[in-house]
Amino acid sequence: MSALSDQLVTFAILTYLIAMISHAVEFALGNARKVAVATPARELVGAGVGSTGGTVDEPVAPVAPPRPDRSAARAALAGRIAAWLTALAAALHLGAVVTRGIAAERMPWGNMYEFVLTVTWIGVAAWLVVLWKQPSLRRLGLFLTLVMVLLLAFAELKLYVQVVPLMPALQSYWFIIHVSTIIFASGIFLLGVVPAAAYLMRAGWEQGRRSFPYTLARRLPAAAGLERLTFTTHAFAFPIFTFAVIAGAIWAEAAWGRAWGWDPKETWAFISWVVYAGYLHARATPSVKRNVATWIAVVGFLTMLMNLFGVNFFFTGLHSYAGVN
Amino acid sequence: MTSVDDRPATPPAEAPRRRVNPVLALLRNSWRQLTSMRTALILLFLLAIAAIPGSVLPQRGVNPENVDKWFVDHPDLAPRLDQIGMFGVFGSVWFSAIYVLLFTSLIGCILPRTRDHVRALRMRPPAAPKRLERLPQHAVLEAPAAADPTAIAAVLRRRRWRVTVRGNEVSAEKGYLKETGNLLFHTSLIAVLLGVAVGSWYGWHGNRILVAGADNAFCNTRQQYAEASLGPRVDSADLPPFCLTLEKFEADYLDSGQASRFWATVSVDEPGGTPRTAGFSVNSPLRLDAANVYLLGNGYAPVLKYTDRFGTSQTSDDPFLRTGDPNATEEGVAVFPDANVDPKTGTRAPDQQVAFDGLYLPTAGDRAPYVASQFPAERNPALNLTAYRGNLGLDAGIPGSVYQLDQRQVDNGKLKQVGTKLLRPGETWTLDDGSTLEFVGTRPYVTLAIRHAPGQTLLLVASGTLLLGLMGSLFARRRRVWFRVSPPAGGSPTGGSSLVEAGGLPRTEHPGFADEFAQLVAAVSGGGPEQRRAREGDE
Repeated sequence: MSALSDQLVTFAILTYLIAMISHAVEFALGNARKVAVATPARELVGAGVGSTGGTVDEPVAPVAPPRPDRSAARAALAGRIAAWLTALAAALHLGAVVTRGIAAERMPWGNMYEFVLTVTWIGVAAWLVVLWKQPSLRRLGLFLTLVMVLLLAFAELKLYVQVVPLMPALQSYWFIIHVSTIIFASGIFLLGVVPAAAYLMRAGWEQGRRSFPYTLARRLPAAAGLERLTFTTHAFAFPIFTFAVIAGAIWAEAAWGRAWGWDPKETWAFISWVVYAGYLHARATPSVKRNVATWIAVVGFLTMLMNLFGVNFFFTGLHSYAGVN
Repeated sequence: MTSVDDRPATPPAEAPRRRVNPVLALLRNSWRQLTSMRTALILLFLLAIAAIPGSVLPQRGVNPENVDKWFVDHPDLAPRLDQIGMFGVFGSVWFSAIYVLLFTSLIGCILPRTRDHVRALRMRPPAAPKRLERLPQHAVLEAPAAADPTAIAAVLRRRRWRVTVRGNEVSAEKGYLKETGNLLFHTSLIAVLLGVAVGSWYGWHGNRILVAGADNAFCNTRQQYAEASLGPRVDSADLPPFCLTLEKFEADYLDSGQASRFWATVSVDEPGGTPRTAGFSVNSPLRLDAANVYLLGNGYAPVLKYTDRFGTSQTSDDPFLRTGDPNATEEGVAVFPDANVDPKTGTRAPDQQVAFDGLYLPTAGDRAPYVASQFPAERNPALNLTAYRGNLGLDAGIPGSVYQLDQRQVDNGKLKQVGTKLLRPGETWTLDDGSTLEFVGTRPYVTLAIRHAPGQTLLLVASGTLLLGLMGSLFARRRRVWFRVSPPAGGSPTGGSSLVEAGGLPRTEHPGFADEFAQLVAAVSGGGPEQRRAREGDE
């Protein structure tokens, strides 16, 4: 079972990689939105990208050259293939998580490898939900699959450990409550940082910036939609993260005798909480610019990364379950 | 943190007062600055940044041994960092200053907001604007099923809107929970801080090692702790009396050496009760009336019986401490300061004290060097000891570790090595002067933390309301709708039935408002197809 899980992870990474390439093809083939009005095959495009709010009404030159026409249809096809591949990869990914749990005869969240494996799955599952509801955001998939490939490959190469049972310190029902909610919130934050970064690039592009990182955003969905997705994901994840931290404090009281003790992991959870709270406040304050607020969300994600990798690798504390030392 | 909602109505501008006291003006302006959202955001970030050194540098409150080690490793930098509180970040002046300012700003914000919110809750929804068609949502209903204001109000009330009827107009508002939740969240934060404060003022905790056996029983007094910390409002005399004796300790290990289960059995003697037996473990502390007892660690205390050359025996069962090796290699000492006291004269020869130090291996390997255990359970126990005789230096009055010999005495030749030996349980070692050391066996010990933390119930309740408030403030949405019923105009194409105009205003970001408004209009018009949407929303 354990070997099957390992193979499924490898297949999932490969499938994410192919999905990423497919998304890249979609990007390379051009901006389908402009063609959406001109082409008679409107349904085809409309199903994929055309439903971005308001763009259909854009005045477009009535005579569109035929070539971008066809490449737009191809781009849409590549995008749809990419989305289906992402779904397939997510299914393989889920299989990997489940078989790992069966092999270990427990919830597969006992070490850093399993943690990253599950967090990334939550991120991609939430992405598929977003894609289902707002197909117009599909082009974000390029960045999302890139993040998936990087994180999963890193987990496979650097964090991998054999299946072992839980140490006594983790044998508590709070393990399921605390770790599952942390994983869930982290997965949503992981998804949230993708539109946040995309928004920062796209907003720059829409303001007329044409230098390097902004040029990447030329074919991204409109900035307003990205910004809204950023907010929705963070507003959704933040209370779950808050609950997870509270659950952790309750567990810490039972296990270590104190609810809060400024263990490095706790300190960084506090930092992340404060930064994300700052994002939500900044987002709700009209005088704070949206890109400033979004930068705060990105910083928040960096603190989450610091908590996962930095704290596990560089600091010693009570949360030493990574299994990588 | 100022309100994020647009206010229902801007208060009439006050007439500018002449001659403002400059001190008052400065105070008022500082207060406004402090309670502004911008300042609050900056303070939030300062708080996050200020917490970082607390994770990078060792902290006295978390790990005092590591702080000492850091001082040894960085003799120049450490005292300077210590001066600015870097080894006690979370109690330092600057960290406290940030959160005190932040909470002052918070209070300065939630008080006026609470007042405004209570006022808004008691106020009727405001009157309809003159031109409903200018609102983000607008519809005109011809011949609706509910054509008079009371019927429309009934439809709205059924959907849990707060409704008021003014003549031919119906005003309704919903989503007060957003602000209620927001205020609850921020008030809960203050309660959390109070809970933490109560815990640190009135709480106490101590750590100690408890070796099995009735002769090692522990009673809760300040002197019995290896390390204890009492809150500023707690006196040593306030410690509640109770006694613990470790009866038994069980540990199960997997073949890999990873522990799978710990279980400690103690007898508890509390005042006003007969002694009882209780068990506890990691994750499941022993909860007494006055304090909680947590299992932090465990190990083995070798029982060593030393018979000096006069034939007097003494027994030591001092715990050997884990070296950090997962296979439970332990190191420690057994000291016999009262060895070789002449029974006839009763005089003590200060240079004839005896001590042993060395390693205890629960599972020793097959051959030398016997320096590391192979497994954490006692499968092949062995004690690798070095014997010393001389002056232990205990009378000098210099405090030293009880788990180590005074190295200075060894260095200056007052304490001499007199042999080394590997001992198995039951074996006896005869030293050069004819005295003997018998390795009787081992006793398990546990490392305990004993804590009393008041304020924890408050913390728990405040965390719960914090979460509830947070969800209310994030997921509730404030919005208003108005309906205006126009009497049938003469010669109207609708044939004398009344005309209803509706308008809707989301007061916070609400992507689903257009749908909700459409449903509401449909409900009022009885689902009739006659409705005309003059304008679509922002969707």
